[in-house]
Amino acid sequence: MMQQSPQAGLNVVRLRGIGKTFSNGTVALAGLDLDVRAGEFLSLLGPSGCGKSTVLRMIAGLTKPTGGSIDWAGGAERPELGFVFQDATLMPWTSVFNNVWLPLRVAGVSKAQAAPRIEQALSLVGLSKFRNSYPRELSGGMKMRVSIARALVLRPSILLMDEPFAALDEITRFKLNNDLLQLKAELGTTVVFVTHSVYESVYLSTRIAVFAARPGRIIQTIEVPAPYPRNDEFRHTPLYADCCRTASHALTGAMATEDHL
Amino acid sequence: MNERALNILLPAAVFLAALGAWEAMVAIKAIPPYILPAPSRIATTLIADWDTLSASLWVTLRITFSALLAAVIGGVVLAVLFAQWKWVERSFFPFAVIMQVTPIVAIAPLLLVYLEGSSAVLVCAFVVAFFPILSNTALGLASADHNLVDLMELYRASRWQQLLYLRLPAALPYFLGGLRIGGGLALIGAIVAEIAAGSAGRGAGLAFRIVESGYRLNIPRMFAALVLISVTGILIFLTFTVLSHVLLGRWHDSARTREN
Repeated sequence: MMQQSPQAGLNVVRLRGIGKTFSNGTVALAGLDLDVRAGEFLSLLGPSGCGKSTVLRMIAGLTKPTGGSIDWAGGAERPELGFVFQDATLMPWTSVFNNVWLPLRVAGVSKAQAAPRIEQALSLVGLSKFRNSYPRELSGGMKMRVSIARALVLRPSILLMDEPFAALDEITRFKLNNDLLQLKAELGTTVVFVTHSVYESVYLSTRIAVFAARPGRIIQTIEVPAPYPRNDEFRHTPLYADCCRTASHALTGAMATEDHL
Repeated sequence: MNERALNILLPAAVFLAALGAWEAMVAIKAIPPYILPAPSRIATTLIADWDTLSASLWVTLRITFSALLAAVIGGVVLAVLFAQWKWVERSFFPFAVIMQVTPIVAIAPLLLVYLEGSSAVLVCAFVVAFFPILSNTALGLASADHNLVDLMELYRASRWQQLLYLRLPAALPYFLGGLRIGGGLALIGAIVAEIAAGSAGRGAGLAFRIVESGYRLNIPRMFAALVLISVTGILIFLTFTVLSHVLLGRWHDSARTREN
């Protein structure tokens, strides 16, 4: 069954009145409120250009909002984060092992000291045998697994994922979806997952925030009350169909508010 | 015959045929060696004059590689400073461009006024080799994957960690490209400057031998010196090409053969 972190249900991070206006005057986000609850799998679902990736980057501290506030639980510093991009973004000049070492290396952990944790992260994604391979020698799906191992090696309390499987073929994507759910169940990590796929968001998440564009904002949040572990059977349940329909409607509503389409 | 053998044999055969045609033409038309020496005559001159020529070759090699070494150190250090501090780049890049665009033949006489002969030649070779190494390395340092830069920021990496773990390895293919160009240019710079300097005696490099042989109408020796310069240039290029393959073989597109 799903392992929940002790303070499950509490907010890990709270975004209030977030706005982002670019220097050319484009309003990317306006008055956005979002809570990320401990232990949940939250999907940010929306059409391209709706600012969902921008929100993810703001949580990571990579983009500064031009308005509003981001507060971490207990007024603390931001905790350890893992970030996975749409591309695997590995360092091509070095081995899988050294790629996973990077976050620990930056934190000053020597290779020998880091080795057990790297091995563990690689075995979590099923790539122990490929520790000495170079990124070029791996398939797209395997590269993404390395990227996930790198994000997990610091044992982050939140895993941020920016359309990580969008560039992969459907069969690989389904496989990685299942593996991600497995990882989530094992580690109890909070996940914030950006996607433009209704099906992917329903299959994976416990909660979906549906975005509208121009300016980017959240127009609806949908709970997906199916328990973990989920597997392919879940795709054939009425609950799955219901949630997909609700999410699709919300998304259609979001598109309708755009005047240019 | 497999394709690999053909790839080597064909150019070799064409090269030998060209030499043969040259040899035959000189023999048939009875062209005197002070107009155009036959390849065989150039070869015998190379052996007969080896003592003089090898001493000059050594001088030229030493200048070329000292200049290249200085250009590598200077170019890489300055490129790193450019990458770490934008204001350094803005302040010093104009100087690098001025050095690059002013023809070295035009600067050489001035350098000869200020410096003693062999130092002036060294500085000329350095000036031409420096720019490609600097600009390629600077480009490479700036070309690191933006997502990886973001990741470094997320992990709160220091500026120097970012340089060491990310930017320097990312710049390696660019640096090696600069090195291949700079290596050839250092040789050219050394030759040009030496012709301008025209220094004689013990410190005379291959370029001086060419000038000297011209005055004495010793055309076979002129050709022999030219051969040595070409071979040196080819060896420099090959060395750095092999070095690129060794260093980049496993990861960079430039060093891999496409599998079709």
